[in-house]
Amino acid sequence: MISDKSILEVRDLHVKRGGVNVLDISSLAVSEGEVLSLIGPNGAGKSTLLLALCRLLKSVQGNVAFKGKTVDTNHSLFAYRRKIAMVFQEPLLFDSTVFENVASGLKIRGMRHDEMKQIVADCLERFGIGHLVQRSARKLSGGEAQRTSLARAFATKPEIVLLDEPFSSLDPPTRESLMGDLERILRETGTTTIMATHDQVEALRLSDRIAVMNQGKIAQIGTPEQVMNQPVDEFVASFVGMETVFSGHVTKTYDGTFITSVSGREIEAVGAVKPGEKVVCFIRPENVTLSTGASDERSSARNMFRGTIVKIIPMGLFHKVQLDCGFPLVAYVTHQSLENLSLKESASVFASFKATAVHVIRKEK
Amino acid sequence: MDIIIEGIKQAFILLFTLDPEVLGITWLSLKISGTATFLSMFLGVSVGTAVALTQFPGRRFVVSLINTGMGLPPVVVGLFVTIFLWRNGPLGFLEILYTPTAIIIAQTVIATPIVMGISLAAIQNLPANLRLQILALGATRLQMVWILVKEARLPLLAAIMAGFGGVISEVGASIMVGGNIKGYSRVLTTATVMETGKGNFDIAMALGIILLLLAFAVNAILTQIQQRDRPR
Repeated sequence: MISDKSILEVRDLHVKRGGVNVLDISSLAVSEGEVLSLIGPNGAGKSTLLLALCRLLKSVQGNVAFKGKTVDTNHSLFAYRRKIAMVFQEPLLFDSTVFENVASGLKIRGMRHDEMKQIVADCLERFGIGHLVQRSARKLSGGEAQRTSLARAFATKPEIVLLDEPFSSLDPPTRESLMGDLERILRETGTTTIMATHDQVEALRLSDRIAVMNQGKIAQIGTPEQVMNQPVDEFVASFVGMETVFSGHVTKTYDGTFITSVSGREIEAVGAVKPGEKVVCFIRPENVTLSTGASDERSSARNMFRGTIVKIIPMGLFHKVQLDCGFPLVAYVTHQSLENLSLKESASVFASFKATAVHVIRKEK
Repeated sequence: MDIIIEGIKQAFILLFTLDPEVLGITWLSLKISGTATFLSMFLGVSVGTAVALTQFPGRRFVVSLINTGMGLPPVVVGLFVTIFLWRNGPLGFLEILYTPTAIIIAQTVIATPIVMGISLAAIQNLPANLRLQILALGATRLQMVWILVKEARLPLLAAIMAGFGGVISEVGASIMVGGNIKGYSRVLTTATVMETGKGNFDIAMALGIILLLLAFAVNAILTQIQQRDRPR
């Protein structure tokens, strides 16, 4: 579905607020049909980028090109806005019926009532709210309201939809069902989508590419696998959940693997580095295995350390175990393993992880 | 006590026999205040909306000016309108002092800031992102403003009602610029003042009851709007 052609290209996009650069995007290209997620902490500039892409901010400098044509004049801006759609975090529905809301974009475009009737009906059906057509927008639940808002955006058959945290104000079951429907609709319509979210799970599920934003800049952009497994810097690594971070220097290298020394402990990892180089290593907590005995020969894990449990934090389906192995290490264990291994705070355990589970970033000198 | 009971009795007789003078005064009051409200609706809603939606230097000062205007004392308005319309005043050539037109002008001056102030607040109270959402739907600026006004229709209606309530019950300006001329520029409030002065409590009470009923009707509609607006 994703073509090589860029539908949207951005160069040197800057937004200043109170003298501070809140957005600074040197370049970004979005392919036709792709779903791009913007993730990052609050204040990273996700919403600002969406508004800037929609050309809804006054203080924007830079170039936005839609299908190769720069959006600059009032005329082209207006034409451009009618080819895209934006959905905000709050549904922002008008005080009228669901029908009137979903029809509003079409009405703005001057479509006749009899023409829009079928389009609106189809759109409502698609979002599973056909039965609400004559309901007042004031009397909708949170999920129904956000469905109406999404239907309103899709009714105009936009070439790009911009979604600003569309699920964040919904409760988990509602969010789950709406996300499933949106996933299906995006697949069916092949609409190019740019979605801001602070939820990685949302991003992983829906996106072809993920851009991690920090302080108004895109820190990394790539496929979900690239971003999750090969973060380019410490910020991205910690944002995508690589909880264990330590720096060391390379002591030995052989056959693509190397040994790095971290607070006196030797850790084996994979990567093209030279002895003496400084590196930062990241390990995902789910890649760390805990055991009570060191004799587990079946494991292919090259790294095994004895450590003390500092803290056990319940996280719902699993527990987060913070260890001190001479360096801090974080592991996730299921409730079952916690009981089987009878893990307790200040107990001694063995932690192991594969050399390939260590993600390495070479540090600038 | 007799004077009150007798007054109320007489008042109802005047009301139910559709006394031509009382009816005439009521009709003129409605015509004058209705016209003034209609004019202030255009001025108030448009300027209020414009101020709510734009940023310009001195905006804060303009907003506080409008808010002050909401409490403009009618006698002060009456005084200035009289000066302007006085034979050798700036607008004296119009020769409209002591006419219903003069009352309409004065009442419009009183009602406009009321409508403007409430309209401004109503448009400003809409969600901040709503404007962006409307533009993102492809609306022109004019379409956006129209949709916003429609969204704020209930508080805007309340603004108009408040304007009407303010002028129908106003007496100071009406008596100063209208002159309370019998059968010509005599309205409910000015007539009530005069009849009370003359000791004709029955007529004064009949007029007072009509005023109360009008005030009640306006408030009943306002309450209706507020209650409809209340989240369930």
